[in-house]
Amino acid sequence: MTNILEAKGITKQFPGVLANDHVNFDLRPGEIHALLGENGAGKTTLMNILYGLYHADSGEISIKGNPVAFQSPKDAIESGIGMVHQHFMLVPVFTVAENIMLGMETTRGLALDRKAVSAKIHELSLQYGLEVNPADLVRELPVGVQQRVEIVKALYRKAEILILDEPTAVLTPQEADDLFRIMRELTSHGVSIIFITHKLKEVLAVSDRITVMRGGRVVGSVLPNETNEAQLATMMVGREVILQVDKGEAKPTEDVLQVKNLRVYDIRNLEVVRGVSFEVKAGEILGVAGVQGNGQTELVEALTGLHPVHSGEVYLEGHNMTGKSPRQMIELGTAHIPEDRQRHGLVLSYPVADNLILCTYYQPPFAHNGVINNQPVDKYSRELIEQFDIRTPSPYVNTFTLSGGNQQKVIVARELSRPIHLLIANQPTRGLDVGSIEYIHQQIVAMRDRSIAVLLVSTELDEIMALSDRIAVMYRGEIVATVDAKTTTREELGLLMAGSTIKTA
Amino acid sequence: MESSVTKAEEGKSSLLVKLKPALRSMLVPVLAVFTSVIVGGIVIAMAGGNPFEAYLGLAEGSFGSLKALSETTVWATPYIFAGLAVGLAFKGGLFNIGAEGQLALGAVAAAWTGYALPDWLGISLPAIIHIPLTILAGILAGAIWGGIPGWLKAKFGGHEVINTIMMNYIALNITSYLLNGPMKDPNPNNVVARTPMIAPSAQIPTIFSGFRLHWGFILALLVAALVWWILWKTTLGFEIRTAGANPDAGRYAGVNVARTIIITMILSGLLAGMAGAIEVTGLNFRHELGFSVGYGFDAIAIALLGKCHPAGIVLGALLFGGMRNGATRMQFLTQIPVDVISVIQALILLFVAADAIVRYIYRIRTREERVVLTRGWGG
Amino acid sequence: MDLKRFGFIAFIIVILFVIVVLVGKGTVPATVIIVSMVATTISVSTPLVLGALSGVFCERSGIVNIGIEGMMLSSAFFGWFASIYLSFILKAPALTSLLFGVVVAILTGGLMGLLLAWLSVTFKVDQIIGGTVINILAIGITGFLNRQIFFEKHSVFGGQVPHAPGTLPPIHIPFLADIPLFGKIFVQQPIAITAIVFVVLANFVIFNTRWGLRSRAVGEHPRAADTVGINVYKMQYLNVIIGGCIAGLAGAYFTLESVPSFEPLMTNGRGFISLAAMIFGNWTPFGAWAASLVFGASQAFQINLQFFREMIPPQWSFLQQSYVVGMVPYLLTMFILTGLIGKTTPPATENKPYEK
Repeated sequence: MTNILEAKGITKQFPGVLANDHVNFDLRPGEIHALLGENGAGKTTLMNILYGLYHADSGEISIKGNPVAFQSPKDAIESGIGMVHQHFMLVPVFTVAENIMLGMETTRGLALDRKAVSAKIHELSLQYGLEVNPADLVRELPVGVQQRVEIVKALYRKAEILILDEPTAVLTPQEADDLFRIMRELTSHGVSIIFITHKLKEVLAVSDRITVMRGGRVVGSVLPNETNEAQLATMMVGREVILQVDKGEAKPTEDVLQVKNLRVYDIRNLEVVRGVSFEVKAGEILGVAGVQGNGQTELVEALTGLHPVHSGEVYLEGHNMTGKSPRQMIELGTAHIPEDRQRHGLVLSYPVADNLILCTYYQPPFAHNGVINNQPVDKYSRELIEQFDIRTPSPYVNTFTLSGGNQQKVIVARELSRPIHLLIANQPTRGLDVGSIEYIHQQIVAMRDRSIAVLLVSTELDEIMALSDRIAVMYRGEIVATVDAKTTTREELGLLMAGSTIKTA
Repeated sequence: MESSVTKAEEGKSSLLVKLKPALRSMLVPVLAVFTSVIVGGIVIAMAGGNPFEAYLGLAEGSFGSLKALSETTVWATPYIFAGLAVGLAFKGGLFNIGAEGQLALGAVAAAWTGYALPDWLGISLPAIIHIPLTILAGILAGAIWGGIPGWLKAKFGGHEVINTIMMNYIALNITSYLLNGPMKDPNPNNVVARTPMIAPSAQIPTIFSGFRLHWGFILALLVAALVWWILWKTTLGFEIRTAGANPDAGRYAGVNVARTIIITMILSGLLAGMAGAIEVTGLNFRHELGFSVGYGFDAIAIALLGKCHPAGIVLGALLFGGMRNGATRMQFLTQIPVDVISVIQALILLFVAADAIVRYIYRIRTREERVVLTRGWGG
Repeated sequence: MDLKRFGFIAFIIVILFVIVVLVGKGTVPATVIIVSMVATTISVSTPLVLGALSGVFCERSGIVNIGIEGMMLSSAFFGWFASIYLSFILKAPALTSLLFGVVVAILTGGLMGLLLAWLSVTFKVDQIIGGTVINILAIGITGFLNRQIFFEKHSVFGGQVPHAPGTLPPIHIPFLADIPLFGKIFVQQPIAITAIVFVVLANFVIFNTRWGLRSRAVGEHPRAADTVGINVYKMQYLNVIIGGCIAGLAGAYFTLESVPSFEPLMTNGRGFISLAAMIFGNWTPFGAWAASLVFGASQAFQINLQFFREMIPPQWSFLQQSYVVGMVPYLLTMFILTGLIGKTTPPATENKPYEK
């Protein structure tokens, strides 16, 4: 059986990093071939090369035995390759039909022929069992449906090879299962699939072959029935990985954070947090699980003063802090590790030292009467850099030169070194390498053991299950259930995340 | 492990370390000016003139003699204030194209205080009170004129680019009205739209007799140092720079970004108003319609040339002041019209703004991340 | 266009018309005043409509263009210079010179569009600064050349501004121009008519053609466009050049259709007002046209009120001051930009240079 796609010796250098180092990869017709690796291993770079978005520095690619050289995605599309990116390539203000026909529009005279395109989309929908409505506006569609649109988009272009880049990042476990079913349906129609992920369970569940990448190189290829999670993790990281977080018993005491019937509206005046109530005690970690887009972002923003509260109450150690400003929250002892570290958590063009005092620059000893004193700033930043092992040549280099993991460490160092009562951590390890993930998890548990209340919000179920003492599940702006982390299961959480209120016995 | 050994090494080479980035950051602006001079020379040649003669005349006029130097600083002084105004706004993430209008109204307010206030109060004012009052009038007018678009942006998200431009035109209308009407010089020999001379007690004294160099220049240098101190040594400056570099992070960290925007625009307008006031009290001793046209745009070029740093702005202001001053001499000597200066200044702005072009021409590698200066209409 | 916005536009236009009618109805019949106001409004809105259309093309593909003012100014100058050169030096007939001038104006606009595209797309300069550079360059170059070419003794015209070949003659639209009383509205000069035709054309192109779909995709989500094989940079370049050409036509209006002469800075902020019209019209051709009519009406208000200066009752005497009335367009712009009359959504990627 000839390979439908073969890549040999692919090498790609970016300034400062060798993203792909003589990578070999092949794909057999009708197989689901998983490409596994942690963030930064080079998987997406390889796929972008296969799709014509980047040009490899050296190496050869051949499709069905014929060598090809892609100048742009157009060439890749013509060769039958389709790609569904991790962040969707859909124009939000366009309809489904407009998105699908973009770049290969059917016209009648000078005008777009929307009717013909819609008809074709209906045809494909039926053929592959992927229901989409051509007239819908993409920005009004739920994420799972948007993903379907992306797949139809590739099939519309007669893709025989489909590349899926981290497709389950935005799906509930049930939706992920749905996607796997669609993938098998597609392969039965002759489509070959490359499936990129960093999630070990999925890879074992759905793939025919697994190739592991690490640091730009291919580490090896295995069959799912010949390996297990632990082995794959070791291949991904290069050393023994402890998949469990080492934590002792929680010793929760009194309530630190009390949220009563909180309602929050978003900028389009839709209610996104609908009457949420919960409490977090000192010395415990409450994890908020849920798929992205169910109100977690707005909940966190409301609790940290970044978004107005419509109604309801928030108490911190008995003080009413509903609707208070971020500065007031900070002064009342709240720490916030934000979801988007580069947008909210750091001023990338500032020196590391300035980012370490970003929230406290106006307080003594850093400033008196509005005048900043550099000596204490210098001393403080050096202390933190050492204590948190932030890899930087000096406190005065610009923060954008630091790696993602070290940037997050700056935020963690800043937030955890203040006297605090409450830590809100929102997606604290998104996009980080395993080493940084381990470190941050340790820090969070350490905070909990120092009797600080921790609210952990994350879309990574593994993280929630590993760290939390109690788990609240958010679905469509409401907390549908709160369960004990020790007794719950993935299946139960998955059902809750999808909105079902049936609890397993 | 950080140790005292490392610290000592750092101390030894700290002077050199501190100087190198400063020198490196001056590279592109200097090359931009150089390239503009070359291109300007080509323009002069195409318009039928001799570039070498022209530049010689220009140089002679700007710093060829003590008198020329004194004149250059006199011209440069309002430019320093205007450049600081635009530069400060840029640091705060705001594009203050309204320096033109803020300056004009500052000049008008200062002129009125200069010639009308003593009569209006019915007393004669000693210089030690009159001069500060006059400058204060300019500051106030500019602060208000800058504060309005700042408030509009903070409250409604109205983009400051169009709003400040509109304020410029409104200011133009106001000054036209005033200078052709109630504030017009009643002297029967006068036909143009201008105010009467301001009282001698409102005129800034010169430093050396015989030269026009006046204490306003010293004031400008002091204000430049003050702006530097505010931006880098105070909590207010930290907030301004943070709101400019990343307002989302600023909000997260507790900075009241809306309030900071308003304060930044007030300060910026204030500085531009000062430029107008200094122009009246130190340069012309009256305000004439149309005199200050173009200062606002020059200020943008100066701010960018000086990389929005007060020291660079002072140097840039001296350059532009020199050019404006030397142009008259150049025209006298070579018949090349002063307008060619505008073309050269426009080219300087072009090359400074598109520093990527300069880097490309001279093959300089980019070391710093490009900082986004302004944002689109989304605000 | 939603009701609130439409209501606001109608409201302002009605108020302006009513004031002029009330002031002037003593001397001239009301219908004549209204017809005159409408005709003037359409005429003076021309550069605003074209400027706004220019903005729409540029910004829909993701490039902010605040250099419209500079593009208009330089096109006004070079178009005028070309038409004078043809008629005075080459002795060409008036109409030919004027039409040639229009072509040169359009080309000038296109060239400045090319410069903006080069700065914004290739060198990724901050687009607002890029636009400002164009404005400053335009002021500098037109001021310099105006002095050099027309006022220097040894220049090609010998130091005097020669007699210009007039302005583009008005066109009588068949049938409609013959309507009694209201026919005057349908006698308009060519650029004014072209502007309205362009509005319809632009709307079709932007929302119903392949070109429009791709340009909009580039402006909303350039990476998505890139991944389906669209050349983002090429689309941005072409759209900005088209925008520049349209701004060039607007420039031609000033010196070849409105008045047969050039004054430094004669565009007087209309390039910026067109941007406000574009924003208020929510980046659509018809919306921009409606918004331009409001500004045009405020200008027509100023012009027509001048005829009736003597008739203005004493309690409204401040209206006599042309400076006061002249501020109306600018104040109107600022008010509209507060967004109190309706929120607007710009194309998502504007002022963010696309990095592959």
